[in-house]
Amino acid sequence: MNLWDYIYNLANIRDRITDWANGLFVGWVVYLLIALVGIVAILIFLVPSLMAFIWIERRLVGRFQVRYGPNRVGPFGILQPVADALKVLAKEALTPADADKWVFWLAPVAIFVPALLVYAVLPFGPRMSFADLNIGILYVVAISSLSAISVFMAGWSSNNKFSLLGAMRAVAQMVSYEVPMVLSILGVIMLAGSLQMSHIVQEQLDRNVWFILIQPLGFMVYFISAVAELNRTPTDIMEAESEIVAGYHTEYSGMKFSLFYLAEYTNALAVSAIISTLFFGGWGTAPILDKLPPWLWFIAKIYFFFAILVWMRGTLPRLRIDQLMGFAWKFLLPLALINLFVTGAEVLVWEEYDLAAGWIIPSMVIINFALAGILIVAWTKLFQLRRAWA
Amino acid sequence: MSGAGIVIAFWVLAITSVGSALAVVWVRDIFRAALFLVLCFASVAGLYITLNADFLAAVQILIYAGAISILLIFAIMLTRDTRSAGRSTYLRNPAFLIALLLFITLLFAVLNTDWQAVAQVGTEPSTTAIAQLLFDKTKGFVLPFEIASVLLLVAMIGAIALVKED
Repeated sequence: MNLWDYIYNLANIRDRITDWANGLFVGWVVYLLIALVGIVAILIFLVPSLMAFIWIERRLVGRFQVRYGPNRVGPFGILQPVADALKVLAKEALTPADADKWVFWLAPVAIFVPALLVYAVLPFGPRMSFADLNIGILYVVAISSLSAISVFMAGWSSNNKFSLLGAMRAVAQMVSYEVPMVLSILGVIMLAGSLQMSHIVQEQLDRNVWFILIQPLGFMVYFISAVAELNRTPTDIMEAESEIVAGYHTEYSGMKFSLFYLAEYTNALAVSAIISTLFFGGWGTAPILDKLPPWLWFIAKIYFFFAILVWMRGTLPRLRIDQLMGFAWKFLLPLALINLFVTGAEVLVWEEYDLAAGWIIPSMVIINFALAGILIVAWTKLFQLRRAWA
Repeated sequence: MSGAGIVIAFWVLAITSVGSALAVVWVRDIFRAALFLVLCFASVAGLYITLNADFLAAVQILIYAGAISILLIFAIMLTRDTRSAGRSTYLRNPAFLIALLLFITLLFAVLNTDWQAVAQVGTEPSTTAIAQLLFDKTKGFVLPFEIASVLLLVAMIGAIALVKED
């Protein structure tokens, strides 16, 4: 193998290290060593990406709001995140006198744990997961359901009414949006016939169809609920600064605050990665383009979806809490259920006929897009968000 | 993975789960007690992983640590006076009786279980096996499964009907 093979699929480097370590150490040392290599590799990807994301977001939002954004530190302000990090480290981390000290201290740490754990199953390329779990996507759903507890820990322990209000909103919102999110993922799971992340990607590559084409409705429901779970601006009622100061992290400062801030970006990165995995063929590309390494394409897709998240943030106004909850239960949930039902029928057809018959996938694509369009239009006519003065 | 790792993991998880379960009872602050309960649920999920029951572990995290704990937290939020939650009430003796009955039941279950048969841990991932057992056409549990989901649906509609305004 030459150097390009190692760059093309980083798993080859891991295999090389495993071979080398197997000759030197006993089993569990090798196991630990490989785990360590994987963790370091994920951090090498994650830390610069987080800094890049913060910079991209601030620059793009600046453009949307017809101003410059950070442009003083380094070329195009690219070193701004570094300056911010240094500033935050030097700041004092205050603790309110009446706070529940232990829980107050634990909350920023606890919110970062699920955010990082999700990265264990992301398939960056063929054989390039840290742990390609058999239950991959279920693991992601289970782990990300834990972050609501950390948010509530922060809100409760601060002993501040704005923090508590923010935390209450956060919990209500996260619990509500988890339902349509899981239901929309189920459609993809049924099509792929597996919970394993690498298997879901492989299925899309084998059948030459990205699941966005068969699951347009599922994608929309997933995308909207995932954005709501992230608590980014169209849906950030839990830290709405015009209503409740800064929500659950009102009392946090210094490094503790920046852990919340970083956890938000870490989650945004993970959601972009999961969208690319489930609906956009993961590491796969067109045949000519796959001269470049698969993991590069995966990362390119992640950045693309993050840019869309920033776009939404720059464009859409914030929803009110009743509108947000109504949207989850009256709009997304019924659509997700219908989508699930239709997908079930399609899977039966899919299994009945040989896929070699070329008409199945195109007709499915047409049917699904027509259905998604009709349903969305019908639902917007049936159900409208109440106006504030109504 | 080597056997030593599993043994270490088992002891760490077992001590964490028992310790946090005791803390749930002993801690005065009701919110901290709820947090210890989450820790207890999570370490039980870890125990499932050491038994190769990956699906069960994920469901344990999702339902117990993720959803049931949120329910508890909502209950705490709706409690008017959480500071006096640690005080004894007139329900102390009935609660003690129920706890004692539960303990006796569990003791019987523990003593009458054939642990040798249970100790053989499968090495295969269990997701497919669970699906086979549940939804097999001849000897599966499709009907009880559907009845359970209808029951949950009825409970949900009942709850909505109870709190409906008009």
